[in-house]
Amino acid sequence: MSEHITLPEDSLEKVTNTINLGPTHPATHGVFQNIIELDGEIVKSAEQTVGYIHRAFEKIAEHRNLYQITPLTDRMNYCSAPLNNIGWHLACEKLLGIRTPKRVDYLRVIIMELSRISDHLICNSIVGVDSGAFSGFLYVMQYRELIYEIYEEVCGSRLTTNMGRIGGFERNFSETAWQKIEKFIKEWPVVLKEFEDLFTRNRIFMDRTMGVGPISASRALNYGFTGPNLRAAGVDYDVRIHTPYSSYPDFEFTIPVGSTGDCYDRFLVRNQEMWQSHSIVKQAFEKIQQFKGAENEVYHADAPEYYLPPKQDVYTKMEALIYHFKIIMGEIKMPEGEIYSSIEGANGELGFYFISDGGRTPYRLHFRRPSFIYYQAFSELIKGGMLSDAIITMSSLNLIAGELDA
Amino acid sequence: MLTNDFIKNKLVEKFGENVSDFSEPYGMLTFSSPKELNLKVLQFLYDNEELKFRFLTDMCAVHYPDNKGKELAVVYHLHNLIDNIRIRYKIFTDISKPDIFSATALYSTANWQERETFDFFGVNFVGHPNLKRIMNADEMDYFPMRKEYPLEDPKRIDKDDEMFGRG
Repeated sequence: MSEHITLPEDSLEKVTNTINLGPTHPATHGVFQNIIELDGEIVKSAEQTVGYIHRAFEKIAEHRNLYQITPLTDRMNYCSAPLNNIGWHLACEKLLGIRTPKRVDYLRVIIMELSRISDHLICNSIVGVDSGAFSGFLYVMQYRELIYEIYEEVCGSRLTTNMGRIGGFERNFSETAWQKIEKFIKEWPVVLKEFEDLFTRNRIFMDRTMGVGPISASRALNYGFTGPNLRAAGVDYDVRIHTPYSSYPDFEFTIPVGSTGDCYDRFLVRNQEMWQSHSIVKQAFEKIQQFKGAENEVYHADAPEYYLPPKQDVYTKMEALIYHFKIIMGEIKMPEGEIYSSIEGANGELGFYFISDGGRTPYRLHFRRPSFIYYQAFSELIKGGMLSDAIITMSSLNLIAGELDA
Repeated sequence: MLTNDFIKNKLVEKFGENVSDFSEPYGMLTFSSPKELNLKVLQFLYDNEELKFRFLTDMCAVHYPDNKGKELAVVYHLHNLIDNIRIRYKIFTDISKPDIFSATALYSTANWQERETFDFFGVNFVGHPNLKRIMNADEMDYFPMRKEYPLEDPKRIDKDDEMFGRG
């Protein structure tokens, strides 16, 4: 509309429409509600409503023992549940002062990087779906299935994994698990290459994502962005480098960064991270091959007070029976202290602020959930753009409703 | 390279006795100040050319019912991304008058985190642009994360948490 034409107050051009996007709209991939004011197809303002699946995890956690909190963390970012589990176990280990053996660290790195791949994969293929390209979502999903089979082999479940224990894993990786991991290492580059071929230089995809939902580095930092969303804006902040955990310094990898912080850059950063994660999994796999004999049987730290003993020992050994009883009945006291422990989750810095007063349950546990923190920038990202761009922006932020609402 | 001692000295130099309770649990510098000074301290940490704490990682509240006159603590986790060092800053407030200045002008990320803190603990952030409940229903009339509210219906007698080590 030209500037010099003055329209009457009630003219049709000045009327905006308010629509409810969500909470159960299929395009939002989760329980998100946005009240959007539209001028034609242009978004004038948006207001988010969150909390539809709030389950009071922080309150529940104040009344549960450490091992009972692990299943709560599954249900935050359920696209990469093992990352949350391991992040939580790392936080506990930091408080309890447990040191894990190298082999446990490497096993964890394999699982964490596989989760990162599965999370980025689903996010990037959903960006494809929302821009009208369904093929990526179809072609590569069998490899997410393979990752889920690896989880299943390691811990017995697929989506909400409740994987591992404080100090390590519940059992050593089986032969089948290693075969599947090897298969994944071998076949994944071909698959990812095909996925990239479908999107990266696809004219339609580029037109739909370039310049859509951009954010500058300084705004992203001010909004507390972390993870791929921050790196797409050009800041090379990665918890794996800045606050290393689980022997990450033993691995060679680079941190991809973007420049414009738009949907296309976020897509590219995630894709590149999948390549890096693949390389880390491969390195960890090779490192684990070097453990021989008894060393190759190590899958947990030596921390009998906190690590649940194997079931056969519980039936035959007095000490194991006592620890089993004490851990299950929650009679283990924690040292007093407060920690902040964080890991590089699939969509940003996943932090645990944990205060213990020396009791059996946390005095206070606060989860720093990356989705919750960066979702507040959504209205700023989509303002002035088209409604269909808002949908892509939402999926390219990798919002997970479970994590958002905790 | 920035060290905890250096940060501490800078803060003491600027605020004197108003910053106190320095400790380093698990290596992270932790300190507190009177609640009226929270914006001044945050602004100083942000602006100072040597400290550069410009990233608010996380904020939340903690309820200490036995801490008379200082029942609620608001905890900021700040990160200097250039020198890669984190600090924890706490302010305490009386639960009957839980007014604290909002940090939204300094950090956009504080917006929802303050709403969440208000929602669960009832901390009233003065100067917040839109201080209303975020997770819970708007008509709720209590602050559920405070310690006096039990997890489950207190009238139930079939479940004794004490028996299960959850006391």
